Amino acid sequence: MTTTTPTPTSAPRKPLALGRRRAGSLAWHTGSLLVLAVVLYPVVWVIGASFKPSKDIINSLELFPAEPVLDNFKGLADGIADIPISTFFSNSLFYALGSVVGILASCSLAAYAFSKIRFAGRNLMFTLMIGTLLLPYHVLLIPQYVMFQKLELVNTYTPLLIGKYLATEAFFVFLMVQFMRNLPRELDEAARLDGCGHFRIYWSIVLPLCRPALITSAIFTFINAWNDFMGPLIYLNEPGKYTVSLGMMMFRDQETVSNYGGLIAMSLVALLPVLLFFLAFQRYLIDGMATSGLKG
Amino acid sequence: MGTAVSTLVKNPKHAPPDTPEKGLTAPTAPRGARRRENFAGYLFMSPWIAGFVLLTAGPMIASLYFAFTDYNLFDTPKWVGLDNFTRMFEDPRWQKSVEVTAKYVVIGTPLKLLLALGVALLLAQSRRGQGFYRAAFYAPSLIGASVSVAFVWRALFSDGAIVDRTQSYLGWEVGGWVGNPDWILYCLVALTVWQFGAPMVIFLAGLKQVPRELYEAAEVDGAGPLRRFWSITLPMISPVLFFNVLLETIHSFQIFGSAYVVSNTFCGPADSTLVYTCYLYQKGFKEAQMGFASAMAWMLLLAVALVTAVLFWSQKKWVHYEEATR
Repeated sequence: MTTTTPTPTSAPRKPLALGRRRAGSLAWHTGSLLVLAVVLYPVVWVIGASFKPSKDIINSLELFPAEPVLDNFKGLADGIADIPISTFFSNSLFYALGSVVGILASCSLAAYAFSKIRFAGRNLMFTLMIGTLLLPYHVLLIPQYVMFQKLELVNTYTPLLIGKYLATEAFFVFLMVQFMRNLPRELDEAARLDGCGHFRIYWSIVLPLCRPALITSAIFTFINAWNDFMGPLIYLNEPGKYTVSLGMMMFRDQETVSNYGGLIAMSLVALLPVLLFFLAFQRYLIDGMATSGLKG
Repeated sequence: MGTAVSTLVKNPKHAPPDTPEKGLTAPTAPRGARRRENFAGYLFMSPWIAGFVLLTAGPMIASLYFAFTDYNLFDTPKWVGLDNFTRMFEDPRWQKSVEVTAKYVVIGTPLKLLLALGVALLLAQSRRGQGFYRAAFYAPSLIGASVSVAFVWRALFSDGAIVDRTQSYLGWEVGGWVGNPDWILYCLVALTVWQFGAPMVIFLAGLKQVPRELYEAAEVDGAGPLRRFWSITLPMISPVLFFNVLLETIHSFQIFGSAYVVSNTFCGPADSTLVYTCYLYQKGFKEAQMGFASAMAWMLLLAVALVTAVLFWSQKKWVHYEEATR
C-alpha cells in the first residue's frame, strides 16, 4: 500500500496562521489515510490472497505474492460438488433481478399512494409501514416458514421473492415517499386538470421523475439479495438451486483443507458484482443512504 | 429535519406523509370524487396491504400463538401455556445466547457509532478528497454482510495471520481470535465496526445541515473547538444521532450470517458466538422446536421494543428537533 509519507515541515518558519493550517491539513490527510488503510486492507488482502498457493494464504504476510498463481481460479472451473459455479451465479442473478423488479413495482405504487392520493386510513397505514421498519424479521421467520411449508413452496424461490412483490420492505417505500413528496406539485395538478387518472400520472409523470430514487432502490435491492444468506439458507435445500452464498458454504464444507485457495478465489469472484456496482453507482448509493436519515 | 423515525416521534399517532392542504382533492370535494380517491388509494396500496396482512400481521399473530404451544411443524400445535418461556429462562444455552448478544450489542454498537461520528467530523473538515474518502469508507457497509467477507474475516483473524502476528509481536499471545472462545466475539465486533461507513454517511449529511453562522457566532464569542462541538454540533445533529443509535442497535440485535459463517456454522467454540438468532435458528430449523423458537422470537421482539421505548423516552431529554422549516 502506498502511503504518501508526510514530509515534516522543517522549512523556515512561515507566519503562524499558515503553518497551523498546513499542520491541520497534514493531520487531516494522515488521519484519513490511516482509516483508509485499515478499511481497505481486507479487500486488498482478498485480491492478493486469491493469487497465492493455498498453503501460503493464512501465513504469508505479503499482500501480493511474489509469484502469483492462477490455480485457485482454474480450480473454480471444475465447479463445486459437480455443479458448475455458473449455476450458483445464475441463481443469484435470478434472485437479485427478480427482487429488483418486485421492489420497484410494489414500493413505487405504495409510495405514490402515500404521497399523492388522499384515501381514508392513509395515516394509519403510514405509521404501520414505518413500524415494520423497526420490526425484527425473526419474529416472522418461523410462521412464514410454516406457511410456505404448508403451501409446499419450500425449496422454491417464491418465499424469497414474494415479499418483494408485496412491498414489505418499508425502507424503499419510505425512500420513494421522501422523493415523491418533493416533486413539484404543479405537474401532477396540471395533469389532473387535463383529465389524467392516477395511474396515468404515476406512470407518465411521477415514475420518470423518480428515476434517481428508483435507481438507488434497485441497486440496494440487488446488493441485498446478492448478499442474502439467511433466506436462501432456510428455504433452499437442493444444491442445484443454491445461490452463490450457499454454494460457498457447500464449498467450505467439502474442500476447506484441500482447496483453501479455491474458497478465497470464489470469495473474490462473489464480491466482484457488488464492488462493480459500487464503483459505478456509489453516488446514488451514498445519497440514498444519506436520505434515509435526513430530509423531510 | 425529519427521519423515518422522527416522523413517528413527533407525531406518534398521525404521521401524515404531507400536510393536509396539499392533497389533490380539496376537502370539500363531492362525495363521488372522494370515493374515487379512496378506490385509487386502495388499488395502489393493494400489494402493500396484502403483504402487511399475509407476511407481517398474520405471521406475528401466528408466532404469538406458536410461542404457547409445542409444535414440531408436522403434528398439530399442542397448547402448553407458559412452558416454552419457563424452559427458555432455565436453559443455560439460552442464557448464554442472551449474554453473547448483549455483549456484542453493548460493545459493538457504541464503538461503531463513535468511529462513524469521529470520521464524519474529520471528513466534514475538508475540502479536498472528501468524496473519495466518503465513498471508500462506505464500501464495507455494502459487502460486510456477505459470506465472502465472513470468510476473509475468518482468515485474517486465524492463528498465524496478520492480526495474530501483530498481537504476538506486541507480546500478547492468544493464538488467533477465531479458535479462542474468549476472543472470537471480538472478531465479530471488529466486523461490525468495520462497517461504520453507513452511519458515517448519515452523520456527514447531518453535519452539512448545521448552519455555519452558528459556529462563526460562537467563535466570535470565544468558544473553543470542544465547546463548539458540545454546544452546537452535538445538539444540532442529535436527531441524526438518535436515528443512528436506534437503527444500529436494533440491527445488531439481529446479527446472524456473519456469526454463523465466521464460527464455521456451529456458533462456537464453546457457544462463544452463539448469538440469539443462531440459537433461534438451531432450535427452529435444526431441532424443529417451532414453539420454543417462536417464544424466543417474541422475547427478541420484546427486547427490541423495550430498547426502542427507552430510546424514544430518553430522546425528549437529549434530542433537539428544529421547528419545522418547510
